[in-house]
Amino acid sequence: MEVDMMKKVPVREQDPAKRARNFEEVCEGYNMEEAMAESTRCLNCKKPMCVEGCPVSINIPGFIQELKEGKVEDAYQVISLSSALPAVCGRVCPQEKQCEGKCVRGIKGEAVSIGKLERFVADWARENGIKPTPAKEKNGKKVAVIGAGPSGLTCAGDLAKAGYEVTIYEALHKAGGVLVYGIPEFRLPKEKVVEKEIENIKSLGVKIETDVIVGKSITIDELLNEEGFDAVYIGSGAGLPRFMGIPGENANGVFSANEYLTRSNLMKAYEEGSKTPIMKSKKVAVVGGGNVAMDAARTALRLGAEVHIVYRRGESELPARAEEVHHAKEEGIIFDLLTNPVEIIADEKGWVSGIKCIRMELGEPDASGRRSPVEVAGSEFTIDVDTVIMALGTSPNPLISSTTEGLEVDRRKCIVADDNGKTSRDLVYAGGDAVTGAATVILAMGAGKTAAKAIDEFLNK
Amino acid sequence: MFKIIEKEWLNANTFRMVVDAPMVSRSCMPGQFVIVRTDEEGERIPLTICDYDRDAHTVTIVVQTIGAGTIEMSKKEAGEYLADFVGPLGNPSDLCTDPIEEVRKKKIVFVAGGLGTAPVYCQVKWLHEHGITADVIVGARSKDILILEDEMKAVGNLYITTDDGSYGRTGNVTVCMEDLVTKEGKEYDHCVCIGPMIMMKFLSLLTKKLNIHTVVSMNPIMVDGTGMCGACRVKVGNDTKFACVHGPEFDAEKIDWDEAMRRSAMYKPEEAAALEKAKEGV
Repeated sequence: MEVDMMKKVPVREQDPAKRARNFEEVCEGYNMEEAMAESTRCLNCKKPMCVEGCPVSINIPGFIQELKEGKVEDAYQVISLSSALPAVCGRVCPQEKQCEGKCVRGIKGEAVSIGKLERFVADWARENGIKPTPAKEKNGKKVAVIGAGPSGLTCAGDLAKAGYEVTIYEALHKAGGVLVYGIPEFRLPKEKVVEKEIENIKSLGVKIETDVIVGKSITIDELLNEEGFDAVYIGSGAGLPRFMGIPGENANGVFSANEYLTRSNLMKAYEEGSKTPIMKSKKVAVVGGGNVAMDAARTALRLGAEVHIVYRRGESELPARAEEVHHAKEEGIIFDLLTNPVEIIADEKGWVSGIKCIRMELGEPDASGRRSPVEVAGSEFTIDVDTVIMALGTSPNPLISSTTEGLEVDRRKCIVADDNGKTSRDLVYAGGDAVTGAATVILAMGAGKTAAKAIDEFLNK
Repeated sequence: MFKIIEKEWLNANTFRMVVDAPMVSRSCMPGQFVIVRTDEEGERIPLTICDYDRDAHTVTIVVQTIGAGTIEMSKKEAGEYLADFVGPLGNPSDLCTDPIEEVRKKKIVFVAGGLGTAPVYCQVKWLHEHGITADVIVGARSKDILILEDEMKAVGNLYITTDDGSYGRTGNVTVCMEDLVTKEGKEYDHCVCIGPMIMMKFLSLLTKKLNIHTVVSMNPIMVDGTGMCGACRVKVGNDTKFACVHGPEFDAEKIDWDEAMRRSAMYKPEEAAALEKAKEGV
């Protein structure tokens, strides 16, 4: 196979017109030949910048060197030293901002396709029945992990590998957190990928108890004092979906992206015969520009709607992964940029009939360095839609902080944790969205990993 | 999996289930709810707790077969299992968490309509166990659908009223409440009302007139029940609240009833189609 050293080996994808009508995975991934060809592009840098860009510090050149020689199993073991969910990360990490963003190849040409290589290795390992290295001898200590999302699963996996007896408590009926309720099937297959990676974590000895709401069913103090846990990790995730506070937001047909996606992904409402319903929309406005907005938009599209993304800043400010924006456009999602909703209009029966918006222009950069949008006076216009989906992020869930005395929260009500994940309470660690507010899968995993190390160091003192 | 310990039909379309659920029974309080899934394909159904037994590790729910999901659940018998039974969710009733000496000073009346009798029973029983016997108005369309009469009699001063006059007083709960206060010299300063939305709306319009502070328990559409989805938005005064984490009980006076009723009908066509299918399957 011939390789242009300046360019990534192209990855096969489902045709946009076809995939816009189904829920099968968009990206088909590399095969062995393509993966080995792409791996030859890695320069095996002495000082690998890509590793610095990885929140869980995977030895990226290390696994790619194994791959170059066709030793996929060895490549997998290198990755699994650092990541519990490689098939997930290969699919959902914002590589262009992390590993690939730092790749030396990217200076003159395209970065090495690290994400696609990671995905190939993880998929190959799964298809060939390769498991992560099992737990060594148990050390007799117990850790409770709250939330079976990316952060909790990573923390649990690492602690189990270090010999701890780990129980994860999950509020929903299924483990996976955002990987099962949030990210759609066409981006992250559930049975094929997510369930298998969770099985791998269970194979390390981790127990997962679903249907338990820490803060309600049982408190953190009870876990520590009555259930005999030596430490607790809170990876309870984001929380309550935000709305804009504009008129008409409680009209029938206005949903949070969380609700819309949970119905489709967790409750399988996109499948014929599902017992949980989802709105059959004709024309949808999705408000927001992040990954969740893209996921909601592309789900609505697949369910048969014309879909508009309404975002108040410009294209280059879209916080979503570049690949998601690219895919969304290919599939026919309409981007109404520099546009902000001011009111949701309802018909006489209280159902959404339109969304009134105003044009924006970019002003001076704000504290975050992004140029903040300002309204263009008199530029209001209405888009006729029957559904509005709000994808504006979340505010923290009060269930745990309100029932755990002495657990410090910041002014946004996020749990306060130091760089090692340690909270204001002894023996209690936290990470992921519960600490940072809505962020990414990989950052949550990174926090779980850091906390696992800190818990291990503390309990082994 | 959660084992069904007992199951009993209370009327033609309402059944009671006692479920082995130690993680719920250990900490639940009156006013809170659970989410139940009958099987692996089932939808998540929110149900307010009717009773619990911490020693026996059980929680009791009362369910009306009004849709496909509840019909599916009704087919399960004692000894069988429910796929999921998670809780307690929402906040306990203020009456059960406020200082008991404060609660004792209140002149409390409960008003229950139809299925609302079950969650009201939970609160009345709790107060009774704490030395307070409250008045309870229970309304039903007719005698044959009245539920939990004996249980309620054992813990509260019961007034029964039926729309058709087939049992107890005649008329709906609003008529009964008005009679008690204006004609029979009853005095109340705190009312808890749980039942169909239309009943809660009209009862609370009356109690506002009678100057009785009234709390209602909202049961809007929900998916996760833990604050994540926001489907259960309820307009309370100038704020939008999530019934699952801020409620389910709110001041009746502040509720936007028309919006709440409109929102609860959001999936009516889908629900009707599913119900038809479920009935065919019976």
